Amino acid sequence: MTIPTPVSTTGFWAAAAMIAAIVLCSTAGEVLTAAAMKSIGDLDEIRARSGLKGAIRAVLTCPLFFLGVGFLALAFFSLLLALNHLNLSLVAPASASLTLVTNAIAGKIFLKENVDRRRWTAAVLVCIGVYLLAH
Amino acid sequence: MILGLVAICAPLGDTCLSRGMTSLPPISLAHPATLVAAVFTPWIAFGIALLIGFFASYLTALSWADLTFVLPATAFGNVIVALLARFWLHEPISLERWAGIVLITLGVSFVAQGPSLTQRPVIERSPTARLPLEEESLDAAEPAVQVAEGQPR
Repeated sequence: MTIPTPVSTTGFWAAAAMIAAIVLCSTAGEVLTAAAMKSIGDLDEIRARSGLKGAIRAVLTCPLFFLGVGFLALAFFSLLLALNHLNLSLVAPASASLTLVTNAIAGKIFLKENVDRRRWTAAVLVCIGVYLLAH
Repeated sequence: MILGLVAICAPLGDTCLSRGMTSLPPISLAHPATLVAAVFTPWIAFGIALLIGFFASYLTALSWADLTFVLPATAFGNVIVALLARFWLHEPISLERWAGIVLITLGVSFVAQGPSLTQRPVIERSPTARLPLEEESLDAAEPAVQVAEGQPR
């Protein structure tokens, strides 16, 4: 039995577009969720003040959070779509490691996080590491 | 502590899901009811519970740390899974994978040395760019906290 290589069954650009869709959706989802959690404040403090129910309520009443989760769901479905056409051994490491780098960029631009040289190095190292590990 | 929970729950949950799904007969989209039934099989229910635990601790971590701090730290879960597979399931690990483990560990130790949250004395640097964003986040936080405080009494 031969396993079809991704490039022969699907064109290179189609494969790239599918992976790009996963990466973009999950980056948008992560950034929006992170922004939502920052706007809510420290969950541990909220829990200490008003219990676990209060903390859950604080998260569930934040519209930004649902926007983020919506994008994460979209990323999940584009992952399913990509898995329908491409090999898991290509899709999983490529999307996981690319997402780390795009998140560092998006975190710097949209969340105004202080992405110093240390964090860039970490993002790139972990990105290569995840790719090697999952490949 | 929370970050460790995130790192462990996510891959374990995925593993349970994958184990549960592969033991089931193939599911086609024509019969969505079988997909609903799949949720109640033990492995999948356990996997989902773990993933919910992961998401809750992930959100908690995001509420006090930067996204660019949390993500590399949670990628450490891959290393844990690889080591578990090596020493518990006795799967062989190739040289490439050992290289991956070393790189991830290095990267995580890099971020762990730094501050977990961006300090924000940046207002004097670009006051106009930051102001609307801060107003927005205040608006969003206010009603949520009020509702939360009113509840337990």
